[in-house]
Amino acid sequence: MMFDRRLVQYFDWGLLILTLSVLGIGLVALYSAVTAGTPTLQKSLYFKQLIWYFAGLVMMVFSFVFNYKTLDRWAPVIYIGCICLLIGVLLFGKYVGGSKRWLSFGSVSIQPSELVKIAVILILARYYARHANDRGLTLRELFTPLFLTVLPFFLIVRQPDLGTAMLVLLIAGSITVFVKIERRSFIYLLTAGSVSVPLVWFLLKGYQKQRILTFLDPDRDPLGAGYHIIQSKIAIGSGMIFGKGFLKGTQNALSFLPEHHTDFIFSVLAEEWGFAGSLFTLLVFLILIIWGLSVAHGCRDPFGIILSVGITAMIFWQVFINIGMVMGLMPVVGVPLPFISYGGSSVVSLMICIGILMNISMRRFMFE
Amino acid sequence: MRKYLNTTDSDWYKQRLTGVIFCAIAAFLILISRLFYLQVIEREEYGRLSQNNCIRLQTIDPQRGLIFDRNGNLLVDNRPSFDLCITLKDAKPVEQTIEKLARHIQVPVEELMSKIATEKGISSYKPIVLKSDIGRDALAAIEVHKFDLPGVEVNVKPLRNYINKKCAAHLIGYLSQISTDELKSPKYQGYSRGDFIGKFGVEKTFEQFLNGRPGGRQVEVNANGQVVRILKMVDAQPGHNIYLTIVEDVQKKAEELLGDRAGAVVAMEPRTGGILAMASSPAFDQNIFVSGMSHEEWDSLNSNPFRPMTNKAIQGEYPPASTYKIVTAIAGLEEGVINENTEFYCPGHYRFGDRVFHCWKRGGHGYVNVVKALAQSCDVFFYPGGEKLGVDRLAFYAKACGLGSSTGICLDHESPGLIPTAAWKKLRTGVPWQAGETLSISIGQGYNLATPLQMLCLTSAIGNNGTRHLPFIVKKIETAAGETVFEGGGQIAGQIPVSKKTLDIVKKGLWAVVNNVRGTASIAKIDGIDICGKTGTAQVIGRKKNDNTKDEDRLDHFKSHAWFVAYAPSSDPQIAVAVLVEHGEHGSSAAAPVAKELIKTYLLKEASGKSELVRNSGNGTREKIPRL
Repeated sequence: MMFDRRLVQYFDWGLLILTLSVLGIGLVALYSAVTAGTPTLQKSLYFKQLIWYFAGLVMMVFSFVFNYKTLDRWAPVIYIGCICLLIGVLLFGKYVGGSKRWLSFGSVSIQPSELVKIAVILILARYYARHANDRGLTLRELFTPLFLTVLPFFLIVRQPDLGTAMLVLLIAGSITVFVKIERRSFIYLLTAGSVSVPLVWFLLKGYQKQRILTFLDPDRDPLGAGYHIIQSKIAIGSGMIFGKGFLKGTQNALSFLPEHHTDFIFSVLAEEWGFAGSLFTLLVFLILIIWGLSVAHGCRDPFGIILSVGITAMIFWQVFINIGMVMGLMPVVGVPLPFISYGGSSVVSLMICIGILMNISMRRFMFE
Repeated sequence: MRKYLNTTDSDWYKQRLTGVIFCAIAAFLILISRLFYLQVIEREEYGRLSQNNCIRLQTIDPQRGLIFDRNGNLLVDNRPSFDLCITLKDAKPVEQTIEKLARHIQVPVEELMSKIATEKGISSYKPIVLKSDIGRDALAAIEVHKFDLPGVEVNVKPLRNYINKKCAAHLIGYLSQISTDELKSPKYQGYSRGDFIGKFGVEKTFEQFLNGRPGGRQVEVNANGQVVRILKMVDAQPGHNIYLTIVEDVQKKAEELLGDRAGAVVAMEPRTGGILAMASSPAFDQNIFVSGMSHEEWDSLNSNPFRPMTNKAIQGEYPPASTYKIVTAIAGLEEGVINENTEFYCPGHYRFGDRVFHCWKRGGHGYVNVVKALAQSCDVFFYPGGEKLGVDRLAFYAKACGLGSSTGICLDHESPGLIPTAAWKKLRTGVPWQAGETLSISIGQGYNLATPLQMLCLTSAIGNNGTRHLPFIVKKIETAAGETVFEGGGQIAGQIPVSKKTLDIVKKGLWAVVNNVRGTASIAKIDGIDICGKTGTAQVIGRKKNDNTKDEDRLDHFKSHAWFVAYAPSSDPQIAVAVLVEHGEHGSSAAAPVAKELIKTYLLKEASGKSELVRNSGNGTREKIPRL
């Protein structure tokens, strides 16, 4: 491919700046989370995360140098590869805290379920780009995407990682609704769904029902999830308007917050930076999401549009579920806050997504 | 690209994008309003709660399941332990508080401070245990001065209590704090640091039943760390209660009979395989594992040459010696190598090639048949039989009798014993089997090794017409509410391949061991109870050719081990016993009397139990009369 000067001219600097700002917020919050009051062991996490950020930036660059349309061709291969990784996790995965989510390659462990999210977006974008039309998708046309979504869903449920599995469903559902379902099929799907929920509930065993009830209502487990949510709400609420100040959080410091460097990192941030800081963070995320949708708007081919909508949906749901959870609005699930929670696989896969968005954005002039 | 060109009219997508953006903004408005509610509207309340980290979690330890004997006599329960704790954050100023505390309970300040020092790095909101299981006096002193001691609290925790010191210590086992490795294992998921878990015996095997589920409460505390409100509470679930198959009196009798001699006594019900008693001597005091022992105590337990930490009944491997002749007799009779009438002349030794194998009785037994050979434990009778059978055919019968592999009792660390075959020796040493070794094997010496429990199962199976039951120790497990969740027993481990005729001959021999005047265990004869048994004297070291020193003159640890296995009554066996006394010299003098007393205790108890039942029902009817 000849190098086209327009690629530089059309480079999406706004998206880069937005991403770097979120990463910056992440660095500050993570520093608070791993520094205050905890043993030195955790400090190494901070440096690890810096390395992951760097790796993420490299992957981001890698993801925008080639034309994103080749992804259309590679989508099935990527999808099958990721499914194999998921099966690999079930077979050879590392047991950590009661579930198998990790695959070890030497000293590096990856969480394939993070990458699967991208694979599902790619394969669905490829399918819908070929089948979508303004009359809407029929049930028959929906069968293939349903299968492509449910397969990784069940593999992730088996780990078990309910949060990520639900995310896959939400992302796939958002994309599907976006490309329009035929009205009649939509009604069929809704009725089928509302009938099957009580049916499935009836088939579940007692302890499984219990687990789902606790999931929906953390207060049923006052010693576990319920306690965590209370502590998280105290941390957030006590931040008041301007926060307790950098490294001055007290809830965070004393292991009152569980998982304070991963799933509950927003509570750390909200405690130290108050309403002002939290609002700022939320607004940056909102702008990032709107930016992602505007990339879709500027694009001219269906694959690019659906791909960017899918990626934006993924970021949106993770932000919404994570922040909703730590504020006690949502069930307690292990969904990391994009770019801010500690975790290599999550950061790297998100940066790949940003790279793809940039890729679509900077090639918006290339209509053939 | 042609496909895209066909559907290039993508404008209808873009109309939908506007809708999507509105949805996203709406969702963020929900988040922002929640944030506003928490951080602006409710800020005072949350600020107050965070000030002292007021909301805390306290765990409630569950009651561990109780352990009873077969008749419902309590063997293990829990007693309250008062643990003195301090929460550093609330105890300010810490030094002063500790000083006052030390004065009140009369403990040196340094001791308390050192406890705090070892817990450095742990959150200052978590209570540190300063002294566990403080006495009632200290408890009273602290209660009186409670308001002068901020951050100090006394937590009541159930502590395991083994009611009879050293009783069935190896069978029941003990508790101890969970180790770092165990915490990591998936088997102990849900346990946390400082939890007590079963480390040995029934306490370990049935951990998942005994251990209940811990509860906890969310509490709000004031600035002094005192609970002002209980917000939420989850009750702890008590563990299940276990009824063992052992009979407390018989168990105690077995331990008493062993006394301070090292060894093991095991007894079982031949009809079911239920263990009636399992004693291993010397034993240990289980309570010191729970309350924490000093290094010296631990060292002395571990370095004791009589191995108190080993359950000799299932872990101790000994040459079965003459008790093994039961196997040789069965194999010989079944394979037709000998029959009921086969007689050999025993001159006190047996010539094999250029070697001479001795009988234990130097003078010889004269003419012996199989019954007399068992009764008087004549070695010479079994040499030619064993020689004809060969090691592998002997091993076949030994293994069919349950020797050479674990019995499968629900206890950890059971030893398999050893029954050699020609192939085994070749593999192990590279040297082929020597025919002379078969002669040692046929009288239970040589490579042969068996645990007391294995010999018990064998004897019990003979009494039970060849059916081997899987030995078991738990009769039933009940929930705290009394619902039975598990019942033990009823599993058959195998059948000895033996005809009724052979069994009758062997039984006759075993009967004569005790009831014949010249039987090796005539000392164990009880009038009115027919005991069948077999003695054994296991050499600890090979006897040199011309070594005529008597066993009595040897050093203690060179003295032979004494065996006795028995069942009674012979017609309908109620109890089978295996006794092993380490370095007890002779089975007849050291082991047989133990079995005799134990059998007597059990059968008399059973008889009196039955008559008691009769008497009780009699009383019942008599009571009814006045009412009428």
